[in-house]
Amino acid sequence: MDMSLLSNLWLGFQVAVSPINLMYCLIGVLLGTLIGVLPGIGPTATIAMLLPITFTLNPTSSLIMLAGIYYGAQYGGSTTAILVNIPGEISSVVTTLDGYQMARRGRAGPALAISAIGSFVGGCFATLLVVVAAPPLAEVALKFGPAEYFSLMTFGLIAATILAHGSVVKAIAMVLLGLLFGIVGTDVNSGVLRFTFSVPQLSDGIGLVPIFMGMYGMGEIIKNMEHKDEGREVFTKEKLNLMPTLPDLKASFWPIIRATGLGSALGLLPGGGGLIASFASYMIEKKVSKHPEEFGKGAIAGVAGPETANNAAAQTSFIPMLTLGIPSNIVMALMIGAMMIQGIAPGPQVMTSKPDLFWGLIVSMWVGNLMLVVLNLPLVGMWVKLLQIPYRYMAPAIIVFMAIGTFSLTNDPFDMIVLAAFGFFGILCVKLEMEMAPLALGVVLGPLMEENLRRAMLLSRGDATVFFTRPISSGFMIASIVLLIILALPFIRKKRQEVFVEDD
Amino acid sequence: MRIKSPKDFWSGLIFIVAGGFISGYAATHYQMGSALRMGPGYFPVWLGALQLVLGLIVFSRSFVLKGEGISKFHWRPISLTLGACVVYGFIMKPAGLIIATIILTFLSALGGPDYRHKDAVYVSLAMVFFSVTVFVWGLKLPFPLWPEAFQ
Repeated sequence: MDMSLLSNLWLGFQVAVSPINLMYCLIGVLLGTLIGVLPGIGPTATIAMLLPITFTLNPTSSLIMLAGIYYGAQYGGSTTAILVNIPGEISSVVTTLDGYQMARRGRAGPALAISAIGSFVGGCFATLLVVVAAPPLAEVALKFGPAEYFSLMTFGLIAATILAHGSVVKAIAMVLLGLLFGIVGTDVNSGVLRFTFSVPQLSDGIGLVPIFMGMYGMGEIIKNMEHKDEGREVFTKEKLNLMPTLPDLKASFWPIIRATGLGSALGLLPGGGGLIASFASYMIEKKVSKHPEEFGKGAIAGVAGPETANNAAAQTSFIPMLTLGIPSNIVMALMIGAMMIQGIAPGPQVMTSKPDLFWGLIVSMWVGNLMLVVLNLPLVGMWVKLLQIPYRYMAPAIIVFMAIGTFSLTNDPFDMIVLAAFGFFGILCVKLEMEMAPLALGVVLGPLMEENLRRAMLLSRGDATVFFTRPISSGFMIASIVLLIILALPFIRKKRQEVFVEDD
Repeated sequence: MRIKSPKDFWSGLIFIVAGGFISGYAATHYQMGSALRMGPGYFPVWLGALQLVLGLIVFSRSFVLKGEGISKFHWRPISLTLGACVVYGFIMKPAGLIIATIILTFLSALGGPDYRHKDAVYVSLAMVFFSVTVFVWGLKLPFPLWPEAFQ
């Protein structure tokens, strides 16, 4: 093994197990599990809410905590999915299919246990992948010029639209809208104020937290408030016997292995992350199973696979962010926001300029995964109690958290207007089937894309073919075009309809 | 011409209006510059125009491809919850955190389908307690606790 890799890991280990960071890791994973369990609030809104607080902490501890929230939520979401048939976290949707059925047959315990074990295996392996892949990727990234970055971001945005639900044309239009929201404010190049309409608070842009909190947080809560709280049927009557049987373990073995690979790969893709990974895993397990008819009725492979995949994807989605400075999903975009608050510019140079942050964060993921698998199962009882709190108590509480979190950023009432406006916009998007994720990614990448486009054109003296003449850049551009063409093919269009219809 | 897909109809319309407005506004208010030296208007004009085109595609599609109807807008939770947040922001300074939190909690509770007076009172007290301990004493965020008039 490469000596410098070992010494880096040792550095990371020392950082990750320092008492302060252990504490923040624990807070992060517990908080993550909590919001993962609770429907109506997810890691996106929570991380957005905690961003201002990270300003008072040191960068390493902040990122460790925020990361813990993210992958912790993947663990927590499965608990609600299995016990209550409600996905606590969007990516746990698939777990409700077979997990809840297992609970109905008195097999909630093994379902929870396999879910935790699979999550742990997936998470650990994926972290290993991060360790191994990050340095060479960062090396390559150092050779990136503005043309490469622009093409990479284009590829990322287009890939995100593919993996989104529904109409690609609408998704691309959402990306564009997001990019346009993103450039509101002062144009760095010329100093001109764009689209601020004489509102002084907009001179620095619209504000990432109110946008995210509004679209994702408020929208979700309000959706849940539309229906009466029918009381949730939670399976806690029998004492939960958590031990999986030997047949369970045998049946889960290969699904977990497959899902680890699948999840790790999908997490890397822009727009990837837990949901796509868990879906893909379910589909694959159903296809390769010797008893496909059992799926939907309590097949343990239908729990083992998706749960492993979503955790693996959550971990590997850190790779593009840490090495290239490009967010592969919304949560990563927020992590970048957290780094920028601390004055750290994300990108390949972070690995060499702040190795303690880089390696400490990576090792903390192992620590976090370990904490989660140890704590989750004994704490199930507590989570269950929590789930039984009626929504009329929870909803106002969550709304207050979101409000105070957003307001505390700037103490400016204007941000609350933005919050409300994007809250309404989020509801509109759901009703009209306009994908929010492409827009959110666009908002984050907007200024960056414009900047890189400008510089690339400047360097090439106005020659637009530069994106295709430089090898790495042309690679990304061609990949983008290929993706678009693939999507347009009628055969693929039908397949996509099928995949997405199955889950409705 | 019958609208076959209301969702596409309205979303298409949104894209057309947004794209058109942004592109037009940018073209008339900001310098375009050239491809070599892009002015502030360059990016928005082109992106807005592209969005307008995509919007037209979606809009016209709505007359051809069938789509589901739009689900109901529940205006009570929407207006009360979002309105509560805006009110919270504006009364924080004059009325202080405690009053602002109570109003916010009550309005949010009213927005839900299972409103009960007693529960709303309990939750608002709990929220005040939580906000004060965690955000003001714990994190030392600069919120005024009491109304301006009593400072």
